Amino acid sequence: MAKALDVRDLSVRFDTQHGNVQAVDHVSFSIEEGETLGLVGESGSGKSVSSLAIMGLVPSPPGVVEAGGIMLGDRDLNTFNAEALRRVRGKEVAMVFQDPMTSLNPLLTVGRQLTEVLEIHEGLSQAEAFKRAAHGLGDVGIPAPEERLNSYPHELSGGMRQRVMIAMALLCNPKVLIADEPTTALDVTIQAQILELMKGLQERHGTAILLITHDLGVVAGMSDRVNVMYAGRLVESASTAPLFDAPCHPYTIGLLGSVPDLTGPAGDDLYSIPGQPPDLAELPAGCAFAPRCSRAADACSEAVPATIEPTPGRLSACLEAEALAKEGGAG
Amino acid sequence: MSAPLLRVRELTKHFPIGKRGMFSDQRKILRAVDGVSFDLERGQTLGVVGESGCGKSTTARAIIGLHPATSGSVQLDGVELTSLSRSEWLPYRRRIQMIFQDPYASLDPRQTVSSILTEPLTIHKLAKPKERKLRAMALLDAVGLNPRHIDRYPHEFSGGQRQRIGIARALALEPELLLLDEPVSALDVSIQAQIVNLLGELQERFNLAYLFIAHDLAVVRHLCDEVCVMYLGRVVEQAPRDELFESPQHPYTKALLSAVPHPNPHIERTRERIVLTGDVPSPLDPPSGCTFHPRCAHASEVPDDRCARECPALVTSEGRSAACHLP
Repeated sequence: MAKALDVRDLSVRFDTQHGNVQAVDHVSFSIEEGETLGLVGESGSGKSVSSLAIMGLVPSPPGVVEAGGIMLGDRDLNTFNAEALRRVRGKEVAMVFQDPMTSLNPLLTVGRQLTEVLEIHEGLSQAEAFKRAAHGLGDVGIPAPEERLNSYPHELSGGMRQRVMIAMALLCNPKVLIADEPTTALDVTIQAQILELMKGLQERHGTAILLITHDLGVVAGMSDRVNVMYAGRLVESASTAPLFDAPCHPYTIGLLGSVPDLTGPAGDDLYSIPGQPPDLAELPAGCAFAPRCSRAADACSEAVPATIEPTPGRLSACLEAEALAKEGGAG
Repeated sequence: MSAPLLRVRELTKHFPIGKRGMFSDQRKILRAVDGVSFDLERGQTLGVVGESGCGKSTTARAIIGLHPATSGSVQLDGVELTSLSRSEWLPYRRRIQMIFQDPYASLDPRQTVSSILTEPLTIHKLAKPKERKLRAMALLDAVGLNPRHIDRYPHEFSGGQRQRIGIARALALEPELLLLDEPVSALDVSIQAQIVNLLGELQERFNLAYLFIAHDLAVVRHLCDEVCVMYLGRVVEQAPRDELFESPQHPYTKALLSAVPHPNPHIERTRERIVLTGDVPSPLDPPSGCTFHPRCAHASEVPDDRCARECPALVTSEGRSAACHLP
């Protein structure tokens, strides 16, 4: 399969009064056509900043983006100027944000916001654009789409607004869809609807999806592969089932253990990772997770552990990765 | 048997929406909470779950008097709270405390932790002035924070640490009942697990009763003894934890449980799923009969269109209750 998006050695730094904050630190990953890559991690782990960097949306200053390449097919988005990026954004790479309340313009009708995309990127006339937009709304399961085009965002519920955001992102059949916590602001029953919808649309259009979320349940259901980030670095990457079955990085192990679920024993203490995520302006030398890690040895705080491949297809940035892979295989 | 610590009966909270004219009243009534009843014993946790707008937060706020109840009864240890005046309320506030969702918005940014934690002691004239700071430091220790950080400001703490400060503030008055309104929703998973464990530990140590409001069903399952499911201002099902999660009876509870993604790809990809269609209706204009019937897959199985005509009563049998016309 062809790679739809290939991010090579991406780093994002913010120069602030409190020092240089390394939000993303030498991260590489790629997504194939029709594939969903889950990106998980906690607040401040660099998930959203990575996606903003791909879209060329990191504000500069204070942001500084450095990359060996953000390849969309054979073109490097990192070399594009503002005008060239504008032509790509929304057409070839589209994004759905977390909060459908603030990411739609409250002063424009839904129809105006949708047709604008088509008029700019596809050069459609207003009448044609309205037809396509109505079709797009129908695709995401909005009843009476023609009428809805005349609605303002405040007239729609949260779930409907998120559907509009998804319809807008998919209007030009983008090759890559970046969904940044697309269901976090929604109730579970609406979340289930939106996730089904995204899966269906992906099957029809072969879109590559970068799904950013902190909800491991959502990742378990949606992703083909999962990348785990901690303090701006990629700490583990694997196909979904192996990652959940036998995680090979202590942070992934802790993260999976902290999640309560609806089956299994209830009422016992949850496993919890001690301590707090580090301050990105004052990262420890060596592994950023070492201060919270139960397996940490002296070597962990000396240098950032190299990323190795303990088992085929899996990457882990931990000195113990091979031992963990053996334990996971045995257990 | 003695009275339960908290007894809520037919609690309603209606908000009039719109304008009142000089000659006519065009206001609509938003029935945020519409006849909610439950008991909560000492040392127990009752979970209240449901989607946005189902009235779970309003229920808590009506219990503690932040929104005066429209009708119904709230009794703490047999004492009716809804008819108390402001000054009569004070001694009961000491016994019921609330913890809010957003640890960023619920702490005054211009107060030090010391002043946040000693203020309730001052208001209720507990402890001698000199001892108050020591008490505050002991509280910080109890919630797992460093007592030496007592002179810091909230912005110097992370989200999880701030939530610990909020918990310490609630514990300052040695309450018997804590109303927890989405206390872990704003936190990252690893921090959420720490706070959930802390809440469990404190409950055991101080024999606290929790009214635990959350939309995250997995967290509720972890922490609660009994669970109440709300939909559009009403309780649709209530049962002991294991019974509710293992054999939900109300179609809404079933759909709600089924919508929760499971953090195990093998289970998540093979389990059967009920995906509800449509949104939660507006509480300003709720559907007739059972308010869940337009989204319910089983409404057609009940003869005579009963679900659309008649609001089912909450029927209790064998220690659990559900409000559904289905046999």
